[in-house]
Amino acid sequence: MASLVGSRVERKEDKRFLTGKGRYTSDINIANQTYAIFIRSPHARAKIKKIDTSKALKSSGVVEILTGEHIAQDKIGGLIAGWAIRSEDGSEMKCPANPPLAKDSVNFVGDPVAVVFAETLDEARAAADLVKVDYKVLKAVSNLGEAMNSEAIHDGIDKNLCYDWLLGDRQKVKEAFEKADKIIKLDINNNRLIPNAMEPRACVIDYNTASEEITCYTTSQNPHLSRLIMSAFGGVAPENKLRVVAPDVGGGFGSKINLYNEEIVCSWASKKIERPIKWVAERTESFLTDTHGRDHITHAELAVTNDGKFLGFKNETIANLGAYARVFGTVTPTYLFGPCATGVYIMPAAYSNVKAVYTNTAPVDAYRGAGRPEATYTIERIVDKAAMELGMDPIEIRMKNFPTEFPFKQTLVHQIDSGDYVAGLNKAKEMADYDGFAARKKESESKGKLRGIGVTSYFEACGIAPSPVVMMLGCGVGLWESAEVRFNPTGQVTVYTGSHSHGQSHQTTFAQIAADELGVPIENIDVVHGDTDKGTFGMGTYGSRSLTVGGIAIVNACKKIVNKGKRIAAKMLEASPDEVDFKNGEFVVAKSNKKKTIGEVAFASYLPGVRDEVKSPLPEGDEPGLIESSFFDPANFSFPAGSHICEVEIDPETGNVKLDKYTAVDDFGTIVNPLIVEGQVHGGLAQGIGQALYENAQYDDSGQLITASYMDYTMPRADDLPDFNLGFTCTKATTNPLGVKGCGEAGTIAATPTVMNAVINALGGKEISLPATAEKVWKACKEMKKSNAKAA
Amino acid sequence: MKTFNYHSAKDVKEASKLASSNSAFLAGGMTTIPSMKLGLASYKDIIDIKRIKKLSGIKVSGKTVTIGATTKHSEVANSKDVKKAIPSLAALAEGIGDPQVRNRGTIGGSIANNDPAADYPSACIALNATIHTNNRSIDAEKFFRGMFETCLKSTEVIEAIEFSIPEKSSYQKLPNPASRYAIIGVYVAKHKTGINVGVTGAKSCVYNDKDLAGALTKNFSSSAIDSVKISSSGMNSDIHASSDYRANMVKAFAKKAVDAC
Repeated sequence: MASLVGSRVERKEDKRFLTGKGRYTSDINIANQTYAIFIRSPHARAKIKKIDTSKALKSSGVVEILTGEHIAQDKIGGLIAGWAIRSEDGSEMKCPANPPLAKDSVNFVGDPVAVVFAETLDEARAAADLVKVDYKVLKAVSNLGEAMNSEAIHDGIDKNLCYDWLLGDRQKVKEAFEKADKIIKLDINNNRLIPNAMEPRACVIDYNTASEEITCYTTSQNPHLSRLIMSAFGGVAPENKLRVVAPDVGGGFGSKINLYNEEIVCSWASKKIERPIKWVAERTESFLTDTHGRDHITHAELAVTNDGKFLGFKNETIANLGAYARVFGTVTPTYLFGPCATGVYIMPAAYSNVKAVYTNTAPVDAYRGAGRPEATYTIERIVDKAAMELGMDPIEIRMKNFPTEFPFKQTLVHQIDSGDYVAGLNKAKEMADYDGFAARKKESESKGKLRGIGVTSYFEACGIAPSPVVMMLGCGVGLWESAEVRFNPTGQVTVYTGSHSHGQSHQTTFAQIAADELGVPIENIDVVHGDTDKGTFGMGTYGSRSLTVGGIAIVNACKKIVNKGKRIAAKMLEASPDEVDFKNGEFVVAKSNKKKTIGEVAFASYLPGVRDEVKSPLPEGDEPGLIESSFFDPANFSFPAGSHICEVEIDPETGNVKLDKYTAVDDFGTIVNPLIVEGQVHGGLAQGIGQALYENAQYDDSGQLITASYMDYTMPRADDLPDFNLGFTCTKATTNPLGVKGCGEAGTIAATPTVMNAVINALGGKEISLPATAEKVWKACKEMKKSNAKAA
Repeated sequence: MKTFNYHSAKDVKEASKLASSNSAFLAGGMTTIPSMKLGLASYKDIIDIKRIKKLSGIKVSGKTVTIGATTKHSEVANSKDVKKAIPSLAALAEGIGDPQVRNRGTIGGSIANNDPAADYPSACIALNATIHTNNRSIDAEKFFRGMFETCLKSTEVIEAIEFSIPEKSSYQKLPNPASRYAIIGVYVAKHKTGINVGVTGAKSCVYNDKDLAGALTKNFSSSAIDSVKISSSGMNSDIHASSDYRANMVKAFAKKAVDAC
């Protein structure tokens, strides 16, 4: 049987998704359900003086209206930060309470203060209009750069500072800088993004009055963790009385890692009102209340020699947490950002210093890439600036500082097990026809256009495991992953995984892996995920971890199945287990023709005895059945890497940037399904390009989100993008048996600096902030023209 | 969305009779329905005019192209007759919104709404359009009054828009990257009787830029535009484009339009 790992198996998911048969949370309806509408703060910062629900309670169809007072009375806990980060001075980070319904104060536009449950959605909406909230409006802190000098928005959190964190050695960096021929300095922003999953958040809650169990159907990337937090911190119900189901989920990009206010409130309320509850976010609510991404201001410095060797690196960043610290909010701008800021280079000395601050804006959390795009943007922009100031070719300066021996101890944290950065960049250079750029530039100029080329080399730390490491860095849980593989008596296999697919195609990829391990046709394998009542436990999907951690748990569970199968087959074939080989789904006694298929062995394992034709006594000490589970905790993160090159053409009359060519060469280790991986890269690139050219979440001075619809928030569209030219190199990960590294975030990480480097290259080195909108580029072109005229 | 009475009018007379100051005519619903869903607008009566056959269709005579009010953008974009008579008008329709919008949105709805960033109003100005309603015919220059404001009365139904076929013409726009409405749209048309430059997106209402038209009357070339001064005063300014940028883009896109004529 040919191996399925490595082949372009068409997605099992496609049939239901493409024919509109996906089953999403909002497709679920429960008899007698009520509809929830949340009343949200229209102010960015205010004290709640009074909430008057009397008129609304009398409105038609209203079942109940609950506020923060009720939450407090029932002692329902709030949302939490999942990682404890310490400041440079050793002090603990400062986090405000984040109750599911605000009781005393609101801290961003969209912060929920009350909820209406009614018989119909229209009645809920009508009643919500009648709830009167009396606010004392306070001056909002909406500007990241000014947050530390503004009034504290949370009691006891001085300067709005959550922590002032340092990774690295300031003294060593100082010494390195003293030896430098040149110091390159760069001030950059990393624009705030709104994840915009295609499916808005939603939850449907079903409280069973007989069993007293709450079932919460929700749009989550990690239902098991949602249950844990809702139980342990929310106090909604004990874990055994709480079932969380995340069915088909239409994209997350990090925004659905978090447990949200609405899930806690509706789960708690369903038990209180003894009715099922349905809540589906409107798109405006998604814009306002889904966790946002990025939002940094960075000052970076790179110490170099005249011949382009890097000596040291400083990264001083202010990161926006928004109004509250959420699950990955505090770690994204620290351990997911700081270590990667030295990039793929030998950097003798470095530090990352991050001040994370609160503002009256939506909470900021992990967004595709989470910290690593911000890190890569910082280093790759400054490396390009260094090349420009030293008069070097951008590829040459990168090659000069790549490590060539692996494992490579990266400056700040990571021990990178494998990679070949030189091969990746060489391949990208060739595929992009880098040498032909000068001719293409000339051609563009003949049409009155500017052309620029941009290069980026990146690595990322994926998997967000091993547990001992992440817990040492402050994580509140272990980030292993689990799997259970069940052989049914009649030969089909069900694989349960703690990972969650919300677009990643686990039903296909994981089935390919199990099919190879067990020698069973892929059609006979089903992958089940997203239900705390099905399977063991799980830590969910983010950080490109599903395959590298969750996939390996499946491999290991399959190996246990095969081991037990060997013992059973040996007994059936009257041989000793070490005489039995397993290959292509068959247990074969070496040097004889005797064999049993894995299906026969599975069947036998459920019929342990001898009767008529059935002759399947179990080996002594083995229990009936063929079900195995595994919890996998890797020895290290995994480290995908690659080099991307793109070209832009700019119309100086209008500032319009046309992305003309894009080449991506990535090393994801072993590729299980190239079709799916290419799709992941395409989607990642679109989002990274979106950040570079289009997307930008903006708040005004009063803290109103002024990009709260698709009329103003620009998403990248298919016709904005060129055909992507993809290539791959492969150095296998040494820390897992498949050699896989993860591919979900790479495109997003590399694309933003690649595109900006190209734009700035076209502008002759003139810096512009993210995103490179037409007006900014037009202004830069005008200034360039002026300074060129002066020079001439 | 607040509740409302839905009527499907069988003819223009009935539609007009049902209308009041608290009603809206519904064709494609590309603006009306989102506005209602967001609570920005509410009406007692919604009068659906989609089923009135006479309001839809394209007719080309020797000198004019007449497009029925409920003709969809996609129908204009794909019409062989429009492409032949006024290719720039078909191209304008092809550039509105996205395929979903073009398959539902109508020309009558677009001009009745008179969004300051809509594309069609600039065509009406540039192509000396006459707007035919159930009780009069209105020159485009008089039809568009201000931001989201026309001279239409609440019971008045647009039946068709009649465009003059120019000698040459082109519409060039800088789309808002998010909404794809026009940040700036410039429609240049050269008629035997004179030149019009319809500008949308720049100000609170579409207008005919007489300075640009004057310069082009003397010399119909993009270089003639270089010397025209366009003030940013009165120009729109928002997160997508400042007034200064808009003023400069009026010029840049006027030049593109002339070059494309």
